[in-house]
Amino acid sequence: MTMEKGISTQRAVEVNENQCHMCMPLGGVIAFKGIEGAMVLVHGSQGCSTYMRLANVEHFHEPVDIASSSLNEKQTIYGGEKNLRKGLDNVLRVYQPKMLGILTTCLAETMGEDMGRIIQTYLQDHQGLLVDIVPVATPSYGGTHTEGFWATTRGIIAHYARPCESHNRINVIIPHISPADIREIKRILKLMEMEYTLIPDYSMTLDRPYGGRYQKIPDGGTSTADIARMPGAPVTIQFGLTCPDALSPGLYLEQEFGVRLINLPIPIGLDNVDQFIAALSGISGKPVPQTLALERGWLLDGMADSHKYNAEGRPVIYGEPELVYALSGVCIENGAEPVVIASGSPHSRLMERLTPVIGGLSEQPVLIEEADFDMIEHAAVQKHATIGVGHSGGKFLTDHHGIPVTRVGYPIYDRIGGQRILSAGYAGTLAFLDRFTNTLLEKKYGCYREKTLEKMKPNRVM
Amino acid sequence: MLASGGTGSLSERQNSIITTGKNKSRIHCTDDSLAGSVSQRACVFCGARVVLNPITDAIHLVHGPIGCATYTWDIRGSLSSGSEMYRNSFSTDLKEKDVVFGGEPKLAACIDELVSKYHPPAVFVYSTCVVGMIGDDIDAVCRKASERYGIDIIPVESSGFISGNKIVGYRAAAEALMKLIRPKPGETIEKTRKLNFLGEYNLGGEKWLIERYLNEIGIEVNVAFTGDSTVKALKRAPGSCLNIVQCTGSMHWVAANLEKEYGIPFLDVNFFGAGNTADSLRRIAAFYGDPEIIRKAEELIEREMARITPVIAGYRKKLTGKRAAIYVGGAFKAVALIRQMKDLGMEVVVTGTQTGKQEEYETISGLLSEGTIVVDDANPAEIERFLLDMKVDVMAGGVKERVLAYKLGIGFVDHNHERKECLAGFDGAVTFAREVYITTCSPVWKHLKQSMEGDEK
Repeated sequence: MTMEKGISTQRAVEVNENQCHMCMPLGGVIAFKGIEGAMVLVHGSQGCSTYMRLANVEHFHEPVDIASSSLNEKQTIYGGEKNLRKGLDNVLRVYQPKMLGILTTCLAETMGEDMGRIIQTYLQDHQGLLVDIVPVATPSYGGTHTEGFWATTRGIIAHYARPCESHNRINVIIPHISPADIREIKRILKLMEMEYTLIPDYSMTLDRPYGGRYQKIPDGGTSTADIARMPGAPVTIQFGLTCPDALSPGLYLEQEFGVRLINLPIPIGLDNVDQFIAALSGISGKPVPQTLALERGWLLDGMADSHKYNAEGRPVIYGEPELVYALSGVCIENGAEPVVIASGSPHSRLMERLTPVIGGLSEQPVLIEEADFDMIEHAAVQKHATIGVGHSGGKFLTDHHGIPVTRVGYPIYDRIGGQRILSAGYAGTLAFLDRFTNTLLEKKYGCYREKTLEKMKPNRVM
Repeated sequence: MLASGGTGSLSERQNSIITTGKNKSRIHCTDDSLAGSVSQRACVFCGARVVLNPITDAIHLVHGPIGCATYTWDIRGSLSSGSEMYRNSFSTDLKEKDVVFGGEPKLAACIDELVSKYHPPAVFVYSTCVVGMIGDDIDAVCRKASERYGIDIIPVESSGFISGNKIVGYRAAAEALMKLIRPKPGETIEKTRKLNFLGEYNLGGEKWLIERYLNEIGIEVNVAFTGDSTVKALKRAPGSCLNIVQCTGSMHWVAANLEKEYGIPFLDVNFFGAGNTADSLRRIAAFYGDPEIIRKAEELIEREMARITPVIAGYRKKLTGKRAAIYVGGAFKAVALIRQMKDLGMEVVVTGTQTGKQEEYETISGLLSEGTIVVDDANPAEIERFLLDMKVDVMAGGVKERVLAYKLGIGFVDHNHERKECLAGFDGAVTFAREVYITTCSPVWKHLKQSMEGDEK
């Protein structure tokens, strides 16, 4: 693996050692959970759905039900249609969803299951069934959970979107961010007096207030009627700068229905939030409300307060491409120049998007695509990183090298509240910045006296 | 009534749910999960991985696309006194071209890379669904690599689709273990008076605690299968004079084979709960038959019981009459939990497992009072119904059940792979009692309940 300054490092090794990404259907599950009345079934062996439930439960602290077609050896050889049909019968009876998403696994794709035909036959045999069945191909040898999320969001839109009359409601397409970030983006849209369809909206389905009961399909999510009308929108705002064209839901709407696409970074970071607000102002012609101006002011004030501490940070930023892109921006605009920027995904446009962003840095960071944590750790040590920014997978940065990690992204399994981590908008950016700065300070003050004594009086007699 | 009632229940699941004292019929179990039922079970690969992964200095290489490795990275709370190698997750990360043209070359390359980088004493290669499907000959790849490097490189037949039942994966792991410990031709293993501790995974340091007890009474532990074990120590297993077996689901087959191949007898033990711990120590001491060992065991039991009994009695006072539910992976754990809950004065009103067998369910039913629900391979809808209908105050189970209990405002005790607390032995019995107490009697439930009453007004 090359580790020269500024060189984009591809995986040179065969083994993936400590994974920085998850599998494709997992991203699909999260996207489906953002649709109103939706349930999801994974076509494969029982373990896949259970693992994905476990990963989601640990992150969201919510029941996240995922059905499985529970394929066994015989069906794997002779075809899984019978078990899939039985799975459909059972899940439809117990969950009574308005929409059922079916995600394929590596197993089903390798078997060559003809999903379109199987579903069509099932629906023909069950006339009058009031459920939309939406299949998406998500073999994990074909991409990461990031690609699974985009492919599924695009698949859902393609299933429902129909030409319709023009209306005022803008489309907002989000990447995989926290429910708290979704709620913040919705709050900003409301403050800007925008009408919108945000997809996929899992802000209420994967982070529910206590209600004394477990809802098999929690209230909330983007309504399919709204999705159907997305082609009539004046414009699509998609936080998908790194999304490849072939998976881009916003590009699909532009190419199929002529809805203008504004691709923006996730509104995390002063500059990135400004772009979002400017885009909204540009669409509506309305001024920025006082509330947001105040929040921007508080952010600026906070940036001044913490800039000298942040300048000591040498961050290693890792995770999903879109989040990594936005977080790199926040760190750079606060003087904490990233020394390693990495993503587990090999398919994104992250590196080309980063080129102008990192151009002016005093020292070029190591960029790693298709990263695993073995690579990230090596690069972090070599570049004397002082802080990690990313999900729980980076725990060994701390365990092995004493580099603390500000947790953000997915999955968060070793801390509470992954679903509540707020980083979007001016207020969220300030919350992120405070967490980042305080992580640095905690480390600094934790060993400041000993370190200084050691440095200044190295030969002292005890 | 409960077994068949409620909206959205699945008629095909009816025979997997019984009410003690009411149903004459035997419970339906050990079958494949019903498609679409949202089973809490995992897969063969998961079963194999959780059994073998605690072997600390081995490389655990998952041959398949990325997901299977990601989801099981550092999955258990097993602790190590030496190598941390087992906490890494290695994957061959198969891509589309590997699936089309075969994954054998990549597997061979990955083994080469890992052996030259880490010089491990052994490598376990786990097969996954896709690998089983495309027909990679991992036996051949492992055999060749093993010859090349002169170390054990052992295939684990764990393609997930073989079964949704982890038990099948336990067996795959057991076969891999037997391969690992079988002495090479001409090699002899010295016979000792030590014992092997099977089905002990050193969660929260539990193996270390029990080992301390055994050392105190004059018995040495050769190696645990597989908590805090090393490849070298496992290879000495045939030299032990006794196998004690805790997690029966994962280790009975190994124990039976160790008896067949090496003439080592085995004893079932259970170190969850003070009573179980005392019983187990007595039975082990009796096996050795040495009066000194027996005397020391009695001394230890008396001292520890005197120390913990008043503490547990304090918790018992607060917990008496509370209603408990249990839903865990294996029957061994369920049996241990029923006894512990009852020791705390609680009534167990629901018990279920993912992988219990017919005779184990009979044991479970025998421990429970009339009217208790017993369920095999439950799903969230059923668990919710049981928790509400049976007015449960606290549940013991795994991560997926935890969030469900909390949503219903019910206390929860973690008894899963990844827990960090030591729940075994005399100290563990106190920790367990405290765990049950802090969740069952937490002040938060009062506020949650009040908020619901407020809504109804």
